[in-house]
Amino acid sequence: MTGLSAPEWEAVRLSLSVAGRSVLFGLPVAILMATILSRRRFVGRPLLDAFVHLPLVLPPVVVGWGLLLLFGVRGPIGSMLFDWFGLRLVFTSTGAALATAVMAFPLMVRAIRLSLEGVDPGLEAAAQTLGAGPLDRFMTVTLPLIAPGILSGAVIAFAAGLGEFGAVITFAGSIEGQTQTLPLAIYAAVQTPGAEAVAARLSAVSFTLAIAGLLLAEVIARRMHGLLGR
Amino acid sequence: MDVQARHSFGGFTLDATFTAPAGVTALFGPSGSGKSTLLSVVAGLLTPNTGRVVVDGATLLDVGVNVPAERRRCGVVFQDARLLPHLSVDANLRYGLRRAPAGTTGPSMAEVVALLALAPLLTRRPRTLSGGERQRVALGRALLSRPRILLMDEPLAALDAPRRAEILPFLERLRDTAGLPILYVTHALEEVDRLADTLVLLDGGRVAAAGPVAALAARTDLPLLAGRRDAGVVLDCTVDGHDAGRGLTRLMFEGGALLVPLRPEPGGARLRLRLRARDVAVATVLPVGLSTHNVLAATIGAVTAAGPHEAFVALVIGPTTVLARLAREAVDRLRLTEGRGVFALVKSTAFDHG
Repeated sequence: MTGLSAPEWEAVRLSLSVAGRSVLFGLPVAILMATILSRRRFVGRPLLDAFVHLPLVLPPVVVGWGLLLLFGVRGPIGSMLFDWFGLRLVFTSTGAALATAVMAFPLMVRAIRLSLEGVDPGLEAAAQTLGAGPLDRFMTVTLPLIAPGILSGAVIAFAAGLGEFGAVITFAGSIEGQTQTLPLAIYAAVQTPGAEAVAARLSAVSFTLAIAGLLLAEVIARRMHGLLGR
Repeated sequence: MDVQARHSFGGFTLDATFTAPAGVTALFGPSGSGKSTLLSVVAGLLTPNTGRVVVDGATLLDVGVNVPAERRRCGVVFQDARLLPHLSVDANLRYGLRRAPAGTTGPSMAEVVALLALAPLLTRRPRTLSGGERQRVALGRALLSRPRILLMDEPLAALDAPRRAEILPFLERLRDTAGLPILYVTHALEEVDRLADTLVLLDGGRVAAAGPVAALAARTDLPLLAGRRDAGVVLDCTVDGHDAGRGLTRLMFEGGALLVPLRPEPGGARLRLRLRARDVAVATVLPVGLSTHNVLAATIGAVTAAGPHEAFVALVIGPTTVLARLAREAVDRLRLTEGRGVFALVKSTAFDHG
């Protein structure tokens, strides 16, 4: 990976940081959502389920635009954040992370939910008879048992987040050094005459990161399953 | 322990009420008779449509009362052990201990480890344990949670015969030392004989009969018991002495003595034996030239039909009654009627079946 210029490195670093933050903030919400979807039975469940999966099927630009409406400085949530905390998401790297998190959210929820449905409810019942209340059971039995799903969901979401394009460019723009992540930098290079070498180098980095992410997810899943004895 | 539950689900209705004194109470019945459901009601894992559960003076379930399972202090041993796979044996054992309410007492970790011989297993993971070892750990875990009662849901059913034989002595020690009431679900009569004081017979979700094990075993009007190959009475015996040379042990029961194949228990030990009705023969005169070791003078009690061609003949020996399952033809030919003095013949080898 030698031969990358400083701005190119910056794009790589920014991509890693945006994807990392998107997983960090998205994961707890995804765990909560997966638990609600797989453990609770309520009237609006299929609707909520569909809503969670929307980013998977909607054009990313629509998601980005939706975020812009909600989290823009004049949006209902964005204006509150700005007035109370002075926090502006649009055209910032935090905004890029938010857009990435929303796009990767269904991937995380699916992985965690699959894991949750594999947990033997008998083990939770056993913990209950041993004196563990609902939160205690969730933290000491359910969570460790779905750790493989959480980790592989996180890695997949991270790898996918490195490549998020449409939602990020719509919501956060493509500002070099601030919101121009790898795919945005590649796109900018492709649009610039004579910058094919830059596009090729960054694409190679992108390719390497994606493969590494997928392999890591597989390794983690194997390790955890071995550890849990299944 | 007072248990009353009425619950309907999927076309099945459980409607059972029983009261049991301290000691081991066996819930016995065929599969689908509702015994595990009843245990879940006591544990708090299932809330019945209506019900009442009082254990050791504490009301766990009643109108307006439904203590959640995590606060019922019912130590449950499941058929499939249900050890937490991500924790070591040691952490599994301490799981309930750490959550036991302050002020409760019970055996210490060291005592339980010694009782169940768990020391070599402590650092292992559940998946590396054999079925029998898992069940021992599950037992220890339940015991350490400072329970007011132990609930066991067919703890031996998933094990093969050698493993069962390995666990049973631990269960007996537990019964004799822990001083806890135990509710024991099983469909194996052997386990009832060895462990239980009280028997609750469940059939189709209802209690068919309940009472002391020996009293129920001697009844011929309960098809669930009398219809079995191993129908017969249960005798509480004391080891009188061993004759290693002849390979025999002499057991005393109320009203007489029995010679049985050499037993491992020491002299003075109490044990309970099932004397199957099919292993008892009757003679009207004292036989001579007989290989049978046990010839007991008896008086005939009630004679009841056991199928079209056979009969149960009750034989009263002092305060004890045993049952003989005989051909109807033999009963008629020998005129075995109530009140007549006869001899009960029991081969010593009748007791080496388990």
